[in-house]
Amino acid sequence: MLKHLHPPSLKRLAGALATGLLLSLPMSAALAKDTGYIFVSSENDNAVTVLDGKTHAVVKTIPTGERPRDMKLNATRDKLYVIASNSERVDIVDIAKLAVERSVDVGEDPEMFDLSKDGSRFYVSNEEDAKVSVIDLAGNKVLAEIEVGEEPEGVMMSPDGKKLYVTSEVANMVHVIDTATNAVKANIVVGNRPRRFAATPDGSEVWVTNELGGSVTILDGTQDAIKGTVSFAPKGFRADDVTPVGITMTRDGKTAYVTLGRANHFAVVDVASRTVKDYVLVGQRAWGATLNRDESLLFVVNGLSDDVSIVDTKSNKVIKSVPVGRVPHTAVIDD
Amino acid sequence: MSFRRLIQASTVAAALLTSLPAVAETIRFGFLELDRNPAYDSKRTFFRTLSQPMGSPVVGAEVALREARFVGKALNVDFALERAKGSDAATLIAETKRLQGEGVRYFLVDAPGAVVAELAKATRGSEMVLFNVSAADDTLRQTQCQPQLFHTIPNHAMQSDAMAQYLVSRKWRSVLLLEGPLAEDKLIAAAFENSAKRLGLKIIDKRSFILSNDPRQREQGNVALLTAGKDYDAIFVADSDGEFARTVPYRAVLPRPVVGAEGLVAEAWHWTWERHGAPQLTSRMVKEGGRHPSSRDWAAWIAVKAVVESVVRTNNASFAQQVAYLSGEDITIDGFKGNKLGFRTWDRQLRQPLLIATHNAVVERAPIQGFLHQTNNMDTLGFDQRDSQCKP
Repeated sequence: MLKHLHPPSLKRLAGALATGLLLSLPMSAALAKDTGYIFVSSENDNAVTVLDGKTHAVVKTIPTGERPRDMKLNATRDKLYVIASNSERVDIVDIAKLAVERSVDVGEDPEMFDLSKDGSRFYVSNEEDAKVSVIDLAGNKVLAEIEVGEEPEGVMMSPDGKKLYVTSEVANMVHVIDTATNAVKANIVVGNRPRRFAATPDGSEVWVTNELGGSVTILDGTQDAIKGTVSFAPKGFRADDVTPVGITMTRDGKTAYVTLGRANHFAVVDVASRTVKDYVLVGQRAWGATLNRDESLLFVVNGLSDDVSIVDTKSNKVIKSVPVGRVPHTAVIDD
Repeated sequence: MSFRRLIQASTVAAALLTSLPAVAETIRFGFLELDRNPAYDSKRTFFRTLSQPMGSPVVGAEVALREARFVGKALNVDFALERAKGSDAATLIAETKRLQGEGVRYFLVDAPGAVVAELAKATRGSEMVLFNVSAADDTLRQTQCQPQLFHTIPNHAMQSDAMAQYLVSRKWRSVLLLEGPLAEDKLIAAAFENSAKRLGLKIIDKRSFILSNDPRQREQGNVALLTAGKDYDAIFVADSDGEFARTVPYRAVLPRPVVGAEGLVAEAWHWTWERHGAPQLTSRMVKEGGRHPSSRDWAAWIAVKAVVESVVRTNNASFAQQVAYLSGEDITIDGFKGNKLGFRTWDRQLRQPLLIATHNAVVERAPIQGFLHQTNNMDTLGFDQRDSQCKP
């Protein structure tokens, strides 16, 4: 039908659409809740790809700063925080508008981050500077810089907000930081090249992936000490090819999903018994792992095949592979 | 020490003094080098020849020491580096013995193969570990091997196997070999001939080059004449010095790729490698050395890292236990090349992937997909156990 319109009418139509959008804006903040959108950051596209939750078609590509990586929703789920590593900032995306509304400077080469419990502060790992920056979100200023081991990566706030866990990929350590004083209160040597975290809901167990160690180290969240290890051996892969990076845990703290990088699989782990229940084949260099809200679906981000595997968590079967941008890093689901 | 480094060092020292309850034990590294190493002469590094070092590898060692700060703190161990220079093998042997007597157990050796061989022979049986960070000579891993001598720099056979794998994977099977006049050129050419035989490449001709404009020797000095008369898929230049090799690309009679010492090389490190955290390491090395890092910097860096890993994982146990861990199968050393690295038990060469690189890009990482080994694919590069003549 559109093809019958001659250019001036097209222009009018576009104008009318734009006016419609403008008029609807004041309402959209309320409407933006639970959009169903799937957000995927693409390191090499300098953009976040937005997919429709049902059809998985691309709704929009939001331009961001350079090399977007880690992402998180705010508590009210109307803003998406996106780390733009090479632009040294966090872009705040307004989910109603699907556009960056403002940016916060967070220091050199930021990679991962977490938020304080009240949502007012960012804790960002600065990979090049071997430090964690504490950033005041509203005031856009650095509140503190905490020195840690070289190449800090994974950052996780404990469920009670009192401790911040940070991995150092080079020192092979987890640093435990007291959020009241910003002092490092423990340095725990874990497996080789520790990457990311997940915790049980009570914070009693903190799981950290060891990319080169090919394992997960389980830390005691109260004692700040090592409590156990989970190793992975998917069939047909040598130990060398098992490189765990991404991890997420169900809200009840019963099941953990660990992506195995070069082995192109993720593992389903029973948290209580620390046993691997299943290995599931996904795309190339599986890193990011995100559950949707009712935990019926797991989204695995495959960095080297530029796609996202969508997994049914009941059957542990991949139901669909969706192409996204170049070198996807993290998926966030607003359902 | 630059002013900036001095400040950093004193800040670290102050932090350690205030935060540590007991005096930290210091684990010292000796860095053994020649008074004047022509390889790092600024006239030479100016050309940035693809297969040559861009400066002293002490830069890599310094970066690794800084990386070890935090782990050291947790164990109450301090890591330090001492440089010792000598004009030849004899003076370096004396320096090594002096430092060993003062309690130094780990040494990084940055010297030509012949010096490394003499040093390792003279210190055999002494309580120490020597890391060879710059000599690629195959014989150091074979008949000249010593129980206390470890190698973090890849040897010629590893490099030529990696390059041969690449040529096979491209189906560039017929190769013209150009060999230089230096003893090391002959070693590189011999290693490549070996790899070619093993992997089914055909060397259609082997010709000797010299660095000369003498018209009476033009058959050997002129690239066009050297590359004429036959057809081939690629030219391999065996040139340990690099000055001749740098004139070969675009001067050959046929439009064929140049590999070996120029055009495309197989190296332990390349500043454009961008996976597995490599850009962060390169950036730390650039900050430390004020230049791009190359293979020797990486080799010095990983030698220090290997010791730190052994100290940490054995909880700073006795030297014997540290060495047992260092040379054992359980060690996992992170070389930022994607694989767990460790030393081959038969010759103590660090097994590692090699980067196949041009001047500004890594085009492939060897072992190349499809070249398989029964236990560890990295052992398709260089001397596997069955090839080893090392009887320490």
